[in-house]
Amino acid sequence: MTTTASPPATTRRRRSGDTERGMSRVFRWISTAAAVLLLAVLAAVAVFLVQRGLPALTASGEELQTAGRLPRGMTHLGQLVGPLVFGTLLAAAIALLLATPVAVGIALFISHYAPRRLAAGIGYVVDLLAAIPSVVFGLWGGRTLAPVVADVWVWVAGVLNSIPGLEVRATATGRSLATASVVLAVMILPIITAVSREVFLQTPKLHEEAALALGATRWEVVRTAVLPFGRSGVISAAMLGLGRALGETMAVLMILSPGLLYSFQIFDSGQQQTIAAYIANQFPESSGLAVNVLIATGLALFVITMAVNMLARWIVARRKEFSGAN
Amino acid sequence: MAQRIDVKDLNIYYGDFMAVQGVSMTIDPKSVTAFIGPSGCGKSTFLRTLNRMHEVIPGAHVEGKVEMEGVDLYGPDVDPVAVRRSIGMVFQRPNPFPTMSIRDNVLAGVKLNNKRISRSDADDLVESSLRGANLWNEVKDRLDKPGSGLSGGQQQRLCIARAIAVKPQVLLMDEPCSALDPISTLAIEDLIQELKQDYTIVIVTHNMQQAARVSDRTAFFNIAGTGKPGRLIEMDETATIFSTPKEKATEDYVSGRFG
Repeated sequence: MTTTASPPATTRRRRSGDTERGMSRVFRWISTAAAVLLLAVLAAVAVFLVQRGLPALTASGEELQTAGRLPRGMTHLGQLVGPLVFGTLLAAAIALLLATPVAVGIALFISHYAPRRLAAGIGYVVDLLAAIPSVVFGLWGGRTLAPVVADVWVWVAGVLNSIPGLEVRATATGRSLATASVVLAVMILPIITAVSREVFLQTPKLHEEAALALGATRWEVVRTAVLPFGRSGVISAAMLGLGRALGETMAVLMILSPGLLYSFQIFDSGQQQTIAAYIANQFPESSGLAVNVLIATGLALFVITMAVNMLARWIVARRKEFSGAN
Repeated sequence: MAQRIDVKDLNIYYGDFMAVQGVSMTIDPKSVTAFIGPSGCGKSTFLRTLNRMHEVIPGAHVEGKVEMEGVDLYGPDVDPVAVRRSIGMVFQRPNPFPTMSIRDNVLAGVKLNNKRISRSDADDLVESSLRGANLWNEVKDRLDKPGSGLSGGQQQRLCIARAIAVKPQVLLMDEPCSALDPISTLAIEDLIQELKQDYTIVIVTHNMQQAARVSDRTAFFNIAGTGKPGRLIEMDETATIFSTPKEKATEDYVSGRFG
């Protein structure tokens, strides 16, 4: 009795390698549940979009024109979704093009150039920018920015027009896609800046010192150590920003004078419209099949956003070998 | 190519805290000088002041003089970037740039400052630097692979190749073998013996056998207690330091009767 160590009376069978117990197991369930919840929400949205958009996809041209309230002259859904997708992508792309260099610049300034106290202040201001509601951005963009920036667009259009073969129009009201994109750029600036800053701050000291010891100036340290290290992070940040720009509704709605054309006249009014702004604009007056039409355009936005994110992940993964993760 | 360094009454501060006090020494060209001493005695800090790398830490500053061939490295019109170009450094942990290939790692220092270099010159430099670091035969077939895919010892030799590619006058090594296995350590020690034909080498090491094996002269640093500044206790021929040092503290340390 005293010498033989008897096995515990009840040994519950465990899966091999399963050593979880108590809090560890609880935490695993909580985190699993959170992940499942996320997928469930995403699936629910996808199901909703497909289910409610389907009637519009299957409806005949006549039904779409009458009950579906398609704009005059359109006989099938593609004629509406096409220009909307085009406008959405164009606005978001311009916004991204404007915002990313500025955001990376601010992030680098905060992480590597500014004195510590100034850096904290600037970081705070940038975060504050993210707290401004998009309605306010819309009001500001439509009322204050548009009239001011219109003069700039007219001038730019004038310069571009001097190039033979180019015909650029600009509206004097400033209610153009270019203005909307500038406001979108301001709106996505905080998220790109914040994520980039965090990534840049995580650059291993070892790599920065390696560059310094080779006789690198501060800019060269940034170029050889910080930017390559932060590259994938900046792309992720830009994609987060792009996601917001694609889906932004109020600001575009309140600034852009819409049209449904495949047009690169970004300084003119009545040319393009984005999906989200179109839905918000049309929804109050819609019922029946018209709602299905709007939801079908929403499905298009959903698909675009997913495609953009997958593209971004592919870009990041392509150079994984050189990422320093190995 | 190799140049001598004279240090005169050097005090090193981090903010108000004095980390190292009153160091004077001469580092001979084309020789290996080893710094030994207990942890926290300021030998790495002192090493970093030789190429102004300690300035990366905010508030770090020095009093006194560090002269290379008579030119004060802390003179008012001396650019720290230029100092680091002529005094290269190898770190405790191998740190090749992870986003660069082996070839680009070697060329990293040369390509700084937008220097143009022809393809054939670059090829020659890559080969001579990697040969100089005894790494060429191991990596010549995979120059376009990432440097981070090499073993630790190979990575460290890649870092040495990168440092000598910019043709420095002095090479500082901050415990270059402390993260390596004995075989890789031996490879680096052999390399140090070859490099001293061309370069002035200063090495910080925790390994006294290593100091005895590789160095011509040895400097022993010590610290009186926590919060006190580190000091240079004694510097002499390596053989002397390890057999008949003048100071009792040195003898205690090298014979293992420390503390």
